[in-house]
Amino acid sequence: MNTPQALVEERILTYGTGSGRYRDLGAHLGEHGPVPPTTGAALIKLVDQSGLTGRGGAGFPTARKLAAVAAGTSPVVVANGAEGEPASSKDRILLSYAPHLVLDGLQLACRAVGAGAAYVYVHEGPLVAHMENLVRARARAGVDSVAPTVVAAPARFVSGQETAVVSAINTGRALPAAVPPPVYVKGVDRRPTLIQNVETLAHLALLVRHGASWFRTAGTDREPGTMLCTVGGAVPSPGVVEVPIGTSIGDVLERAGGPSGQLGAVLVGGYHGAWLPAAEATELALSVAGLRDAGASPGAGVLVALGADSCGLVETARAVGYLAQESARQCGPCLNGLPAMANTLGQLAGTHPTRGLVERVHALAATVDKRGACHHPDGTVRLVRSALRVFAAEVRTHHSGRCGATDPRPVLPVPSRTAGR
Amino acid sequence: MITGSSLWYLSRGTGVLSVVMLTLAIVLGALTRGGRALPGLPRFAVAGLHRNLSLLAVAFLAVHITSAVIDPYVTLRWVDVLIPFGASYQPVWVGLGALSLDLMIAMLVTSALRRRIGHRSWSAVHALVYLAWPVALVHTFMLGPDVTGGPQRGLAVGCALASSTALGWRLLTKPDRVPDFAGWPPTSPRPQMRQTVHGAKTEVMS
Amino acid sequence: MSQPRQMPGVARSPVGRLAVDWIACSGRGLCAELVPERIGLDEWGYPIIAAEPVTGDLLPHARRAVAACPKLALRLQPS
Repeated sequence: MNTPQALVEERILTYGTGSGRYRDLGAHLGEHGPVPPTTGAALIKLVDQSGLTGRGGAGFPTARKLAAVAAGTSPVVVANGAEGEPASSKDRILLSYAPHLVLDGLQLACRAVGAGAAYVYVHEGPLVAHMENLVRARARAGVDSVAPTVVAAPARFVSGQETAVVSAINTGRALPAAVPPPVYVKGVDRRPTLIQNVETLAHLALLVRHGASWFRTAGTDREPGTMLCTVGGAVPSPGVVEVPIGTSIGDVLERAGGPSGQLGAVLVGGYHGAWLPAAEATELALSVAGLRDAGASPGAGVLVALGADSCGLVETARAVGYLAQESARQCGPCLNGLPAMANTLGQLAGTHPTRGLVERVHALAATVDKRGACHHPDGTVRLVRSALRVFAAEVRTHHSGRCGATDPRPVLPVPSRTAGR
Repeated sequence: MITGSSLWYLSRGTGVLSVVMLTLAIVLGALTRGGRALPGLPRFAVAGLHRNLSLLAVAFLAVHITSAVIDPYVTLRWVDVLIPFGASYQPVWVGLGALSLDLMIAMLVTSALRRRIGHRSWSAVHALVYLAWPVALVHTFMLGPDVTGGPQRGLAVGCALASSTALGWRLLTKPDRVPDFAGWPPTSPRPQMRQTVHGAKTEVMS
Repeated sequence: MSQPRQMPGVARSPVGRLAVDWIACSGRGLCAELVPERIGLDEWGYPIIAAEPVTGDLLPHARRAVAACPKLALRLQPS
């Protein structure tokens, strides 16, 4: 599954234009050329042939999503750049370094579904003004037929969830909603809504220019193309890399400088993903098909390498504590169960755990799994179960009063809570 | 034979009984918060009692109102039952009775149509109890026990205290909630992860 | 104790599934009292719906539970 180095290509993250110029519309058009006039059904067919899947974590076939929304009346498109995952920076980097690809993709998506309204949804902060400036520059140049509105999302973990996006645009509060009706039927302003991750839109902007066959020259048959991946943890050069889907996790880590030392485990797919033992993980392909049997998935392309000197239980307890804080607090099992799991994991991560804690964690996980309006509890349970599996030896060590880790520095990024919610 | 004074006492009596029924209904209704059960009474029975006591109170109210209207001693028209403050007898206090009746009718109708109108609309109208009940109590005390006095006044005062406590508790205290969870362990601020592109170290949004 | 006469098989055939609107639910627990064969409560008072579908003999109880929910959070989805 290793991709020969010669075929590694950057498609999105190209900087031939030099620093600072990539935000310039002229430089962008010089680098990539104008957007072809393809529209409507022909555009959807092209996307279908290319096999593009969503890059926001769910990996849903983009052409199917486009067709579903195009079937509705007066649809709306949202470019979703609200990257709630603390360990992920790919959307921030993409919007910093190749924003015009995203905005081109947004226009193309509008053309594909016949949308008259578009939104760019990003976390509150410098990105909002950044995107507004770009939208204004494009309006002055007359390249956008649908002028997007930039919407600031609260910087919370669940803000990027599809129904939360709709809720934030409609009411200002990014709260997940129960799924029927789905957003492609009734979303923003009660209109059929297409929500695409900004990276998916960037790939769309490229494949329309270069063709479906070009798009398929990288990646695998079922999951073609490249993907952006945020690599963090025990690597010398943490950051965002672009790799063909199906690259082995070991090779992706090499792009970030390779492991800094011996690794214990790799977190694959972010805080709703799964821990995998390092030796197993490095051999697996970063793709849905490659990771399925191991009980993991690429998610939004997050890999965090955990050194053998760090304690996976402590890291998991920190992450679950964060996830518990980030509950939208609308559903009883989640708002009660996640803090209970975090507290129990916290005790397990200490060196004097009492009897029965592991059973308690498993019982809590079974109680909260799939009992909520969104998948926040389900994703948390997945992380927790994988941690108890992969770090079973650490659990035994902790029960005997010691911790095998020698490096106390925190690994997983957990944003500190500011007062007031 | 129904004399004027017997209609008068009938109206007074059923009025006080309505107050008692509604007080019990209100106390039970207030206690449903957080899914509380009562000793020996499952929650669905508490909810059922609340509903049935309210309906029983409506039956007593119907007699209370009818006997007052047909009572020859007092000139009250049927329209004064629903449109407040137009009566020739004690327009203000009778009017408050009519007002609380109007609000109660709204609550009854929305409760009957609860599944049709959805929980939010139902709840908004049901919250009118906080207005309807004090209004009804003023109507009761201004028109009632000063005439009959004695134990009936004591009963009415007891009901007023019990129902006000129940409503006050519901209105002024917060529901039992899980306290905010601050995360484990206390997190210290982490340095912003430097973004690497192509091996060159570049800050985000420089 | 004599069983009421009924058509064989009717009682056992699935007629629907109970489902919870988790955002509306506030853990009041009336549902678990009214159809305990299909609804239990977790440690915080929220309903745990059994995997088995609602059968004909439980249908009146399930309907009663749906009507009784103070938050209108319980649904019976016909199968």
